[in-house]
Amino acid sequence: MPDPLLHLVGLTKRYGGLVVVDDVSLSLESGEIHALIGPNGAGKSTLIGLISGTVASDGGSVRLDGRDLTGLPLHRRARLGLGQCFQVSSIIPDFSALENVALAVQARLGRSFRFFRAVRDEPAFNRPALGFLNDVGLQERANVPAMMLSHGEARQLELAVVLAQQPRVLLLDEPLAGAGAEETAHFVKLLNRIRHHFGILLIEHDMQAVFALADRISVLAQGRLIATGDAASIRAHAEVRAAYLGEDELA
Amino acid sequence: MTELSMPTKPALESQAPDGAMPATRINASSRFCATTGPAKWLLPLLLLSALTIAPFIGAGSAFMLSLLARAMILAIAALGLSMLVGGAGLASLGQAAMLGIGAYSVAILDLNGITEGAAVFPVAILAGGLFAFLTGLVVLRTNGIAFIMITLAFGQMTYFLASSVSSLGGDDGYTLYGRTLLFGSKVLRDRLVFYFVCLGTMATVWMILAALLESRFGRVLRAARQNPIRVQALGLSPYPFRLLAYTVSGAVAGLAGGLLANATAFVSPAALSWGRSAELLFMVILGGSGRLAGAVIGALVMVLLEEILAENLTYWRLLYGPLLVAIVLIRGGEFGRRKRHA
Repeated sequence: MPDPLLHLVGLTKRYGGLVVVDDVSLSLESGEIHALIGPNGAGKSTLIGLISGTVASDGGSVRLDGRDLTGLPLHRRARLGLGQCFQVSSIIPDFSALENVALAVQARLGRSFRFFRAVRDEPAFNRPALGFLNDVGLQERANVPAMMLSHGEARQLELAVVLAQQPRVLLLDEPLAGAGAEETAHFVKLLNRIRHHFGILLIEHDMQAVFALADRISVLAQGRLIATGDAASIRAHAEVRAAYLGEDELA
Repeated sequence: MTELSMPTKPALESQAPDGAMPATRINASSRFCATTGPAKWLLPLLLLSALTIAPFIGAGSAFMLSLLARAMILAIAALGLSMLVGGAGLASLGQAAMLGIGAYSVAILDLNGITEGAAVFPVAILAGGLFAFLTGLVVLRTNGIAFIMITLAFGQMTYFLASSVSSLGGDDGYTLYGRTLLFGSKVLRDRLVFYFVCLGTMATVWMILAALLESRFGRVLRAARQNPIRVQALGLSPYPFRLLAYTVSGAVAGLAGGLLANATAFVSPAALSWGRSAELLFMVILGGSGRLAGAVIGALVMVLLEEILAENLTYWRLLYGPLLVAIVLIRGGEFGRRKRHA
């Protein structure tokens, strides 16, 4: 059997005596959206950090296409194909929206040790960058400094930046936090359009979006994985109901 | 990041009313290249023109030429530091070490009878760059206060080393047998020639650093100053970029040191003192760390202000300190502030 695209085995993180992520194993296939849900403090963001390398693990392993990433720093994992949208949008505030994305294109295409040509007008970076801005619906804000974008626009921009990396795995940490109904609908449509290119691990509290998008759903509670399954089985799962889902969200 | 909300929409937006922008017009503005087109060149051009004509409109005395040459030499070192502070976010307190190493390179070569500039200046540049590279391997693994303290420690190390080498005069310093030659000629003895050599060097360094900051390399450097995690998440480690910037700024300081030794034909450990490092950092902040021109303005203001006050007042330092503080406050604390429109 071939390796899954992303394979977590027994991942563990402790802060002192507190076990934040407890022996979590899960897999993600290419083209799959795997949603990770759970109450606040369940360890979802820490788990994403363990995968991307912003948090050092205390046990277990992360494998991408069979290759062990454990112990590699963030930038090496990114090079190997991990793209991440952080819980709080992480962009370059002084750069324009376009330059944020162009930087991602530059990082992917390499050769950043070039010294004397002004990078601002390089079409090799700007043209694809504009395309990715277009994908997320931000093309008209291309020249606006990122710090002047609204909260929702900053989230869109970060998504464009991560798409420009052309990663193999997308880690999305609450991409819809603070989004309105229209933005959410747009996002679901966008993700449905591009989902075949990546494996997507999605942390999200908006259950409508999760049920609309996810092929599989895993539920994390107090650091432990208590269930994995398709939308129907998660809705029906008694322990999940007890741990997390309110009745109204299931209606 | 405060005061984010701006009531008015940025002017750049109006360039793209229908979203159909030709690729060549796309303009990704940011801190170090917020100004584009002719306006970007206005301030450097004005400064360089003023310095070019200064000797012929009243600043032609030997005293003024020496003073302005010294200011421009310090401006060269400050330019290198400005790239570190404003470009990479690295506020080094050890820049005088590289300046002093450049100056002592001249002295050591002079002691061995080598005074040809075609050899002396490259050695000063390489020595400053090499020292920065080797210490950079260590200091760039730290951040914030630790970074400042370790650059300071390396600076002090070189200071005490220079003070203790007796063949180079130790504490008393070393007087050069002669000024550095330029391809066998003694033109650097001429104050006016030396003045224009300093001016030309400053302009060249300025142009190179400006190009560097706007290149692919500079973009990664500027991005990593603002958000290192994002840069890493894009697959780039800031470390090699910072190391190269640190090395370049060291080489630039080494070159300035080579000129400094020639300005007075004398080298002493004072060139390496931490006070000199602080002075360079202050020049950068005084002129505005968000632009290279700030380093030149800061150097000119500080050197001239010090001279004017010292000449006219006995207890001039009483005034000098508060005056510098006042200028920075009035300027609005450019240090660390984000510049949006220029």
